[in-house]
Amino acid sequence: MNTLRNSFTKLLQYPSAIAGLLVVFLLVGVAAYTMITIPYSEAIRLWRGGEEVWYQNPRFAPPAWINYFSSKKYSESFAVSTFDEQIFKKVTPGKSDTATVEMSYEFDFSYDEYPQEMLFYFTSSFDEKQPFVSIELLTPDDRTIRIANFALGNEFTYRFSQDEKLRAKLRTEDVIPALFSLPDSEVPLKGKYKVLITGTTFEPDSTLDMEFVLHGQVFGLAGTDHARRDLTLPLLWGVPIALAFGLIASMGTSILTMIIAAVGAWYGGWVDELIQRITEINLVLPFLALLIMIGTFYSRSIWVILGATILLSIFTGAIKGYRAIFLQVKESMYIEAARAYGASSPRIIFFYLIPRMIPLLIPSLVQSIPAFVFLEASLAVIGLGDPVLPTWGKIIQDAQSNGALYKGYYYWILEPASLLMVTGLGFAVLGFALDRIFNPKLRDV
Amino acid sequence: MTLKTEEPREILLSIRDLHVWYELRRFGFGRVGSVKAVDGVSFELAEGETVAVVGESGCGKSSLMKTILGLNIPTSGDVVFDGKNLSQLNNKDMRSYRFEVGYVQQDPYSALPPFMNIEQILEEPLIISGVKNKAERLDRIRKVMGEVKLHPPEDFLTKFPHMLSGGQQQRIVIARAMILEPKLIVADEPVSMLDASVRVEILKLLHALQEKYNLTVIYITHDLSTVKYFSARIFVMYAGNLIEKGETRRLLENPLHPYTMALLAATSDPDARNADSFKEVPPGEPPSLVNPPKGCRFHPRCSHSMPGLCDEKFPPDFEPEPEHFVACWLYQPK
Repeated sequence: MNTLRNSFTKLLQYPSAIAGLLVVFLLVGVAAYTMITIPYSEAIRLWRGGEEVWYQNPRFAPPAWINYFSSKKYSESFAVSTFDEQIFKKVTPGKSDTATVEMSYEFDFSYDEYPQEMLFYFTSSFDEKQPFVSIELLTPDDRTIRIANFALGNEFTYRFSQDEKLRAKLRTEDVIPALFSLPDSEVPLKGKYKVLITGTTFEPDSTLDMEFVLHGQVFGLAGTDHARRDLTLPLLWGVPIALAFGLIASMGTSILTMIIAAVGAWYGGWVDELIQRITEINLVLPFLALLIMIGTFYSRSIWVILGATILLSIFTGAIKGYRAIFLQVKESMYIEAARAYGASSPRIIFFYLIPRMIPLLIPSLVQSIPAFVFLEASLAVIGLGDPVLPTWGKIIQDAQSNGALYKGYYYWILEPASLLMVTGLGFAVLGFALDRIFNPKLRDV
Repeated sequence: MTLKTEEPREILLSIRDLHVWYELRRFGFGRVGSVKAVDGVSFELAEGETVAVVGESGCGKSSLMKTILGLNIPTSGDVVFDGKNLSQLNNKDMRSYRFEVGYVQQDPYSALPPFMNIEQILEEPLIISGVKNKAERLDRIRKVMGEVKLHPPEDFLTKFPHMLSGGQQQRIVIARAMILEPKLIVADEPVSMLDASVRVEILKLLHALQEKYNLTVIYITHDLSTVKYFSARIFVMYAGNLIEKGETRRLLENPLHPYTMALLAATSDPDARNADSFKEVPPGEPPSLVNPPKGCRFHPRCSHSMPGLCDEKFPPDFEPEPEHFVACWLYQPK
């Protein structure tokens, strides 16, 4: 314990180690935060959700903060509704059970790019007589554009760009640019726009509510993907998954390798022979190809892949290296003494052989974490990621299959890639520092 | 079996015709011969008896010792301790046998695990022998550290072996051997790695402990000059056989076997006259233990070798003096 504490104090003398530790602690913090605020079931529901969950978001939208770095300002998305009282709603009763519902929302549009789409989601309740609405848009130059009039069902979605009549009226194929610029102009008109919806209900208990969604060009902190999903979800949930996979795989591999090497070296004979032959066979087996086979034919669950990774990584060159050292330690006088005072074989393996190797174990354990994190991401990229879990690798795979780089959606790949790099760098830098601390002591092994 | 046993009740350890052979294999399989490290050794030790096993490197004394400790399995022959034959013990009884035998090693630095502190080192045998109570273990550790004159124990308990001097390390090794209150101590050249100034102290300590607890001690050495400190009998070993057994004083004053004579002559004392004197050393080297010479194994180097006898038949133990046995045809009763 003392040596571990000393090592930690020494660790703080390396600036790179402090940076690595900060990265690791930050990642652990983010992982804990994510798992508390977005429970697993909720994350899965959102990640697997389609249009009904993500209808408020634009597709292929870069993160909103690119506006700070870009001279062109991209329109930001928003969603407002009468339920949260962001849309002004006024009900005026009229003659013979009718009522007039006036709803209006004013928003500031001062961007250089047109939004993707505008939508109204109406919900109404009635027995027989459908409510009727008419929509108008008030532009900053005080034009009033009549958009549409129609009767509503219980639920009704109105999409600006899909309205044939509006297209005909505006004499254009692209409705949104026409609405957001002066006639015969190609640039967006900046200023305050107002949507005005006048509805009429024809029954005493009839209600009328609506939600107004504007799909801009940018969205949120991380942007969205092809399925309108907010990328913060997989980016955040990727942290605990990557850490868990990396840590479990690397700890499982290192510790099991060490135990198996120690058992083989201690018992010798056919046990040792068996372990060595398994290792030699495993060394010539193609690791990735085996994982692909397991993923394709058996299961892509992350736990199955994790187990297979650990199993295949145990019997590698490391087992030979450890065995070589154990064979040497096995002959030392203190092991002979331990046998003479009656220590059992398991006790010798776990209390006499393995403690000698702990200094060698710790740096290699930390250094091998990024390799496993990358492995998980690589498997996801080639389509063998867990089909359920939101991970960094899944983002890259989605981006790749949607031609993100070809179409210029760089954010989609750069976000998970940079997180992968920071994670790898953090653990690697920490591992290098640990190596420098523990290795001088290894000379007497 | 020529050793007389008047009071068999007191016999603690008896070795009967012990053979320890190591198989030699070629390319990992196929036996091509064996190293006959111990080849027909018999002796008996009474309770409280001290004996020195003397011989040069490679004569098989370490193999003999490891077999007595139960670390080697004998090829044939019996090791009987306190009436129990080691080869017939099950695992549990073998463990309790190990608690009754203490082992003091040659190099104290490598005999102590470097990653354990003194408390852990001394606690290990107690934990293994089933002392569950931590306070009792600490009591026994303090007691045994007092026995080996490491005062006060608290100064040492948290230290690691490399922080101690060679003499202190050897005291810890002795304490570890003593902590289970064994009946038999096997000391394998316990002072050969120590400074000359510390040697005598360690030997005196062992002697004091032996007397206090009436221990049986097997003291293995190649250095005859340290033997007289506490062993009552000397066994001289050559090429896997015990060639001479006798009381210390009698054997040192009147060595019978030609090899013992040569060994004694080679023992150096710090005496200025020795610088000029030429010591007669037997020619040649100890024989290969894979193919030992036929007959007496010393005969190719022996100046008294009798052709037709020494190179044909292995000599039995003769007893030219009472309680002084020698395996040499020179002492064949006429």
